[in-house]
Amino acid sequence: MSILKPKKVILLGSGGLKIGQAGEFDYSGSQAIKALKEEGIKVVLVNPNIATVQTDEDMADEIYFLPLTANIITRVIKKERPDAILLSFGGQTALNVGLELEDKGVLKKYGVTVLGTPTSSIRISEDRELFAKNLEKINVSVAESIAINTVQKGIRAAKKIGYPIMMRSAYALGGEGSGVVRNEQQLEKKLNEALSTAPQVLIEEYLGGWKEIEYEVVRDSYDNCVTVCNMENMDPMGIHTGESIVVAPSQTLTNREYHMLRSVAIKTVRHLKIIGECNIQYALDPKSEEYRVIEVNARLSRSSALASKATGYPLAWIAAKLALGYSLSDLKNSITKTTSAFFEPALDYIALKIPRWDLKKFKDADRTISSEMKSVGEIMALGRSFGEVLQKGLRMTNTGDIGLVANDKTIKDYIDIIKNPTDQRVFAIAEAFKKGMTIDAIHNLCKIDKWFLSKIKAIVEEEEQIKNNPLTKKSLLKAKQFGFSDEQISILKNTTENSIRSKRKKLNVLPVVKQIDTLAGEFPAKTNYLYMTYHGTENDIKKGGKQLVVLGSGPYRIGSSVEFDWCCVQAVKTIKKEGYKSIMINCNPETVSTDYDVCDRLYFDELSLERVLDIYEFEHPQGVIISMGGQIANNLAMDLQKANVKILGTSPNDIDRAENRSKFSKLLDTLNIDQPEWRELSSLSEAKKFAHEVGYPILIRPSYVLSGAAMNVAFDEVHLESYLQQAAEISKKHPAVISKFVEGAREIEFDGVAQNGELKVYAMTEHIENAGVHSGDAHAVFPPQKTYIETIRRTKKRLQEVLKALNITGPFNIQFLAKNNQIKIIELNLRASRSFPFVSKSTKINFAAIATQAILGKDINVDFKRFDLNYVTVKAPQFSFSRIKGADPILYVEMGSTGEVATFGDGYQEAVLKSMMAAGYSIPKKSILLSIGKDIDKTKMLPFINKLFKKGYKLYATEGTSDYLSKNDKKNIKLYKVSAKNKPTNAQNVLDCINSGKIDLIINIPRKYSRRELTDGYYIRRTAVDYQIPLISNLQIAKIFSNAICNLTEDDLTIKAWSEY
Amino acid sequence: MKEDSTPAKLILEDETVYNGFSFGSETNTDGEVVFNTGMVGYTESMTDPSYRGQILVYTYPLIGSYGVTDHGWESSELQIRGVVAANYQPDYSHWHAVKSLGDWLIENDIPGIHGIDTRALTKKLRTHGVMLGKISINNQNQSGKITDPNKTNLVNEVSVKKPIWYGKSKKQILLVDCGVKTSIIDDFIKRGIKIKRVPWNYNYLKELNEFDGLFLSNGPGDPKMCKDTIKFTTEAFKSGIPQFGICLGSQIQALAAGANTYKLKYGHRGQNQPCILANSKKCILTSQNHGYAVKESTIPSQWQVNYRNLNDNSVEGIKHKSKPFFSVQFHPEANPGPTDANFLFDEFIKTL
Repeated sequence: MSILKPKKVILLGSGGLKIGQAGEFDYSGSQAIKALKEEGIKVVLVNPNIATVQTDEDMADEIYFLPLTANIITRVIKKERPDAILLSFGGQTALNVGLELEDKGVLKKYGVTVLGTPTSSIRISEDRELFAKNLEKINVSVAESIAINTVQKGIRAAKKIGYPIMMRSAYALGGEGSGVVRNEQQLEKKLNEALSTAPQVLIEEYLGGWKEIEYEVVRDSYDNCVTVCNMENMDPMGIHTGESIVVAPSQTLTNREYHMLRSVAIKTVRHLKIIGECNIQYALDPKSEEYRVIEVNARLSRSSALASKATGYPLAWIAAKLALGYSLSDLKNSITKTTSAFFEPALDYIALKIPRWDLKKFKDADRTISSEMKSVGEIMALGRSFGEVLQKGLRMTNTGDIGLVANDKTIKDYIDIIKNPTDQRVFAIAEAFKKGMTIDAIHNLCKIDKWFLSKIKAIVEEEEQIKNNPLTKKSLLKAKQFGFSDEQISILKNTTENSIRSKRKKLNVLPVVKQIDTLAGEFPAKTNYLYMTYHGTENDIKKGGKQLVVLGSGPYRIGSSVEFDWCCVQAVKTIKKEGYKSIMINCNPETVSTDYDVCDRLYFDELSLERVLDIYEFEHPQGVIISMGGQIANNLAMDLQKANVKILGTSPNDIDRAENRSKFSKLLDTLNIDQPEWRELSSLSEAKKFAHEVGYPILIRPSYVLSGAAMNVAFDEVHLESYLQQAAEISKKHPAVISKFVEGAREIEFDGVAQNGELKVYAMTEHIENAGVHSGDAHAVFPPQKTYIETIRRTKKRLQEVLKALNITGPFNIQFLAKNNQIKIIELNLRASRSFPFVSKSTKINFAAIATQAILGKDINVDFKRFDLNYVTVKAPQFSFSRIKGADPILYVEMGSTGEVATFGDGYQEAVLKSMMAAGYSIPKKSILLSIGKDIDKTKMLPFINKLFKKGYKLYATEGTSDYLSKNDKKNIKLYKVSAKNKPTNAQNVLDCINSGKIDLIINIPRKYSRRELTDGYYIRRTAVDYQIPLISNLQIAKIFSNAICNLTEDDLTIKAWSEY
Repeated sequence: MKEDSTPAKLILEDETVYNGFSFGSETNTDGEVVFNTGMVGYTESMTDPSYRGQILVYTYPLIGSYGVTDHGWESSELQIRGVVAANYQPDYSHWHAVKSLGDWLIENDIPGIHGIDTRALTKKLRTHGVMLGKISINNQNQSGKITDPNKTNLVNEVSVKKPIWYGKSKKQILLVDCGVKTSIIDDFIKRGIKIKRVPWNYNYLKELNEFDGLFLSNGPGDPKMCKDTIKFTTEAFKSGIPQFGICLGSQIQALAAGANTYKLKYGHRGQNQPCILANSKKCILTSQNHGYAVKESTIPSQWQVNYRNLNDNSVEGIKHKSKPFFSVQFHPEANPGPTDANFLFDEFIKTL
């Protein structure tokens, strides 16, 4: 085989971030693009995820912000005529679309070769029955598994294998539709649900309690194979690997086990003829050397991104090169630059991954973790002992915990949590040790290997040691080696964090900087990939020269995802251009910012005050940029300033004047700028009095929070009371503010850059949804289509006054309410915002780069068009409600989306339709279910229902809506709510109707914006999500979507590259 | 780290001192300090006779996690003189474990030291080359020069004293034991080969015609110390009997053929050493443990380089151009490490 040199390759991205498929594919796609471009190959990228680095101007040659559907991709292929396609860099989404293109004969018709792993191998790895048969041929054990396609067959299969069984759905990302089933009744319910979305479901042998081990394997077209990394899940089988705490390399495997599984991995990968990268997952019996292969992912995955970062081996780049026909021995280890890429990294540290959940955001959500993925992001901690990485890692998740112990929480039902794990399990284990439980007793409850349990116990014991003994150099070093932060120690010693820090520095107890070099120090490596540890006496590097620090964004979570990573990458690139060296601090393995070739020095470490100061004091940089990484970085502003760190850009005092709701509201009052009536929260009675004065609904807003955590709308006194309680819990340091919630207003956002208080560049967007929906969950339109020019002018003037008052230098995002040509400011963020990449790509002006230049004091002169454009862009939220069982998929003041997409259109409706399709909606084929709560909304919706009716859609409606439609001569089928009384005998139940698969779209407009009640509406929405039927729950969206689908067909959507707009 | 740990020091020959804590036996020791980058397989490496005379530094920071297993012993005893680790793990967990690593070391009177910045130490050894060193427990005085173990005949210490027979088969080989690993014997037995294992200096020349093949084993130290083995090997070439050597055996074969060997700066010790078959794209990942290597420029013209290290291009295997003699510097028997090269046993057996 020789090196392939296609002229043009089409690469499929993964679309909006959702649970099970997140930012890791920006990393893998970006690396693939680099690998291809180095060869002089033209790259066409299709990905509607506008917030990615891979969709930057300097990445792919042509970029299409379009839905990833087979029809659309076919049209792109027809237009671009690429000679090859890459399917394995865009997650399950890209893989599934690719297979569909092959099935439809599109690839053959247009002469497009699939590079890398052949599709026949992908099909084997994806079809579990085929897979099992193939592995049997080479004597590789797989879990006993029976594929079924009907409920009856499923029940029979389960009887044969014996309960409990494991149920898995084929062709699913992140184990969706999977779970342990213990009896027939449960099975029947789950099968009904799973078979509604997947053609095939597997009934499998249950391997709960077995060790779960993964290998990342690379194979070239010369049949050379290496396993780049192995990983062990601390949480044994039964908990999805995406939900598990995972350590690399494996900790409890002997040489024999390690290499037996390695050999099986290689044998399997050779048999499947994988070319590129592949992940293989095993269950290993902890009491024998029996193993089962659980699954093979014949593509880059979340695990491979983690393995890349854990080892320094650039898996995605290598996979792309191998797809072109290179052999591993042709390629160099990109860290040492001299040794071969055919090798397996030797780690001299351990890497620990901890998932980041956001289940608290969804009140009704089930917080247990199991074989389905619910986490929205992850972190990776590097260190030289388990205690060090575990405690570091728990801090990195940024959930408010400061480590394993000394947290401000009590876990009462720890035994139950250990047995039926939730996101709190590791803390429950620590609690159990404190209560005197033994390792054996805990092991019996959770089957976590005793090795891990003994490490947790050691941390709990160390906590007691710290409490009871004086702090000496020796004891302090020991505490630090167990991963205790200064803050934790200060709590245990009843003093301040700062005093511990001073003492530690006086005693010269300092962390050392170590390099990740893939060869455990065996070969010299000029690597800039770094971490800090207390298990060392020598720094691997010396302080750098003229350099600046950029604080990264930490784990992906609701409200902070790939957008902030994009901003950080732009900042780092700009810093380089301006002649500085760059230092990046981040702890998220799914990011591009943590690729070691992005910055000059990468500290894969905590974004805590303590660690940032450690790095600052070691490196002596010229300054720190805190405004690109989102809320975590922003929140460090004041504390860093107090510690004499040079913060670049807007001063932390001014940031505080904006972030602190009370100070900000006072400022607006002084400036005489209108805002919703507000009151600082002093007491409950005051709050009630205020509510009485201005009238409900009332909005409760804590300070310094991201994505509206604990933000709530209270419609009555009872709710006001409980929400105030929550707000007080989430932000003790900072005051909450209550204000009048303005209903029916339009929301307008400005993203921009200022310098010394002067506006330099801005973009204005309007939301389609009325105010009340969190800006992260709203559809945003650029340029505004419905806002009066007069309003815009006045808003801008107000904006300029605020910028001046706060003397802003750097990025900002400000939100206004507009109603009846009146404007009110609701929020200001003095940092890059979630919408920066959207407005940057919509305007083709890089806001993050300009913000960085502003911060560096460069002269800014940007000529930009504001409204006179030949196109419209629309940003749509991407939700993952199907993963969060029980959560009400309603739009609300607290953010619930996990990602976003954006598309360009020649007109407004086209842009809306494209973006909604990119977020998973489709044009309904036949039937639409309507369920509209308020009468006024019914009236407002009627003209649009008319259009749908005329277009020939069959309408179903719930009781009230049905009566209303009938009154207005719209023939419809009446469905009864679950709670309905006096149902006729032949009444059709709404949920049954949804279950039966008759409905293509559900429009359910609830009475109020509350995510808190188990109403009939809740059941309709939840069922829609569980059966994956497109759901619209907002009136404005229902209107525009109805219009768009009546006026446009899929063929009307133009196939235009970004460069053509 | 246990509160009651006894302090200990690792002192290198240039008087660099690394402070740590004792685990294992509280006795002083000295030897050649070498590092190994493998992440699993400490039971295997500690019992490997090739490590005779050495103080072994593990670059992987956690050592002892799965205890001492009931399998994976490459000889009947601990061969190393001392262990250096970053974080010793007394709380082990594995169903195969019979005791903790610390207890095992105590039983065998071998000291360990942990709490050491093993990365700093490894970088030191990498830049300076392997060094002699000593472990000193509790600041006890330990005077005197360290004797270089490579100057003593380590092979004589680990080789069998009298011939031993293994297996039952028609095909039989003569295995010259310079410190053979148990896995090598197992690999032959598994393939139905009968073995006569003889001491390193055993004169087998008269009985060679009774055998189908000759095997030269791995072992510790400088190959040039094995004068008798080299002499007999040279003679054995004349008989044309198929010959296979591993590690030290490869160096002995090269010396017997007239090539020379040299000491590598810090050796190859790990489980991720990449090798490529000459004139091909076929790569294998190998387990290695050697301080000496064959000097390419001295290889006689009837011989050729068969495997090469992809990282530093050093010779990893040689082969006679026309006769069935070959050897490899790496360990096809693995244990510890990857099993990619295990097919070489089959290749040898095919020539018998």
